[in-house]
Amino acid sequence: MSAVDPVTVEAAGEVTSSDRRGREERSDFGTYLIGKIVSAAVSFLFTLIIGFTIFSIMPSDPVSALTRGRPTSAAQIAELKKQLGIGKPVWQRFFEFVHRTLTGDLGYSYQYHATVSSLIGSRIWPTLLLTGSSTVISIVIGLWLGIRSGWRHGSLLDRLSSGVSLTLWSVPTFWLGLILLVVFSVGFGPIPSIFPAGGMSSPDFGGGAAGHVVDVARHLVLPCLTLVLVVFAQYVTIMRSSIIDELGSPYLLTARAKGLRDDDVRRKHAVPNALLPTVTIIFLQIGGLVGGAITVETVYSWPGLGYLTYNALRIPDLQLLEGTFIIFSASIIVMNLLADLLYRFLDPRVRAT
Amino acid sequence: MTIRPAAPPRTEGLRRFVRAYLRMPTGIAGLVVLIAFVGLALSAPLFIGANDLDVTKVNGPTLAAPSAHYPLGTDQPGRSVLLLVIWGSRTSLAIGVVATVLTMVVGATIGMVAGHYGGLIGRGLMHLTDWFIALPGLPLAISLAAVLGQGATSITIAIAVTSWTGTARLVRAQTLAVEARPFVERARALGARNIQIMLRQVLPNVMPLILVSSTLTVAGAILSETTLTFLGLGDPTDVSWGSMLNQAFNQGAVTGGAWWYLIPPGVAIVIVVLGFTLTGRAVETILNPRMARKS
Repeated sequence: MSAVDPVTVEAAGEVTSSDRRGREERSDFGTYLIGKIVSAAVSFLFTLIIGFTIFSIMPSDPVSALTRGRPTSAAQIAELKKQLGIGKPVWQRFFEFVHRTLTGDLGYSYQYHATVSSLIGSRIWPTLLLTGSSTVISIVIGLWLGIRSGWRHGSLLDRLSSGVSLTLWSVPTFWLGLILLVVFSVGFGPIPSIFPAGGMSSPDFGGGAAGHVVDVARHLVLPCLTLVLVVFAQYVTIMRSSIIDELGSPYLLTARAKGLRDDDVRRKHAVPNALLPTVTIIFLQIGGLVGGAITVETVYSWPGLGYLTYNALRIPDLQLLEGTFIIFSASIIVMNLLADLLYRFLDPRVRAT
Repeated sequence: MTIRPAAPPRTEGLRRFVRAYLRMPTGIAGLVVLIAFVGLALSAPLFIGANDLDVTKVNGPTLAAPSAHYPLGTDQPGRSVLLLVIWGSRTSLAIGVVATVLTMVVGATIGMVAGHYGGLIGRGLMHLTDWFIALPGLPLAISLAAVLGQGATSITIAIAVTSWTGTARLVRAQTLAVEARPFVERARALGARNIQIMLRQVLPNVMPLILVSSTLTVAGAILSETTLTFLGLGDPTDVSWGSMLNQAFNQGAVTGGAWWYLIPPGVAIVIVVLGFTLTGRAVETILNPRMARKS
């Protein structure tokens, strides 16, 4: 998944005439953009094939799998059979599935008595709030620590942060969530119950709009903290290794020879260059985080897509599971596309003049 | 085609490897932890009988704090948490190892075929790998396990399906490197078929890499196993670390503040995963010294 082919980067730099370069860069960017969009579309089509295989081909009797454990009338079953296209050839069912998905019809949840798309539409915001806030905090902590431990690798700070990162990587997310829940929400020993145990808001908190914001923030603290603890370590590792990659570069020697202080060499010269690969990799990971929050949302009953997935899983409500699977996949594909474009934009060697 | 077994250099290499490994304290710590846990898991049936795990036959107090008789307390039906944690290691380790073997077989086969054939097949397989990498891991595993039904088999399959891609990329790169070397060309000139080249020339040279990456894959597989079991996809009658935490979460041990039921399975998971990771990293550092600078 390398973002840019190094050959094209060099080729772009070799063009001499600035006028020609401008034109070629623009048309080059157009081809690049179209290429990336096409490959994202192909990737999404593959996701749909996998989703169709799992949810429509693998269950031997999809209709009874969908309606398991709930009273359904004969008319509903007939309607479902017609909708799923039972009895039609597989390829025809697949095309209908693709058509339905692209028009936003992700099916109907018998558990919630609502369409899957409306459920996803209402649950996506809590998930974005949770993953967004934890991502921003993780990036700030991760980059800060990564830069410092990479710059002086082998130092006490470096060994400490590497050890913590490794340990946190080995901790199951849901267990960390449970522990934080017991300590800070149930209250443990001398620690009183500080934060609410679950959900996104308490109905009796009061205080109008401002009160609501405070209330949601209060509920957000623990799930957000859990995600940050699990995620920031990866960012430390990525930033650290790309700083180390820059350490031997001649331009740092030049900067030092100019007499710059060590802090300035790091801040003005090493970091901007090391940030380039890091930003791309972080973007690639954000897409996966949306689906990775499932366990955290479950532990804290955070009313987002992850908790929706967990509730769908317990029935199991296959159409709802299929819907969230498609949304999680789409978020990764969109983020990958953005990462590719961002790299192109950030790297001055490939940016249009 | 007679390849004489090169005995002296091979044992010499092994000896050098062991000497280098013994110089790495983190690697030794990881290995000791693993041996201890595997020994405990294998010997568990010697001191844990079916009566200790059967909820209808135990007679301990309900959700009691640690005491002399129950060093780690009891769960809701009154079973000893200590015995449950020891017994749970069997399921978690078994699923982790079987899923890893499955991952390695699928990943290595696809990687080797993609590297060997190049052209349309190779590019097609690499595109397939890229598409799989873009799929969301946890949601895909959940969906697969949900459709396949509760149980160890579906969890194992779900883990393998979501983790073979890394191995495939690694093995493909190594296959390309190996096939550029003269002895492969020699074998080809002597008339070796594709299958022969892959099995006799490439596989032995890719194997060390596969073993290293499998140590790290076990760590990830155990984490996935506990996560999927925690979400309720495991066999409900089986005792495992994930199912213990699932019951602690669903049956009120968390809100009741029963830390003795919550902490041991989690700590066990962390220690085993760390053990596999440290061992894998130590081996990786020895086989690939350039990595040492970074880790």
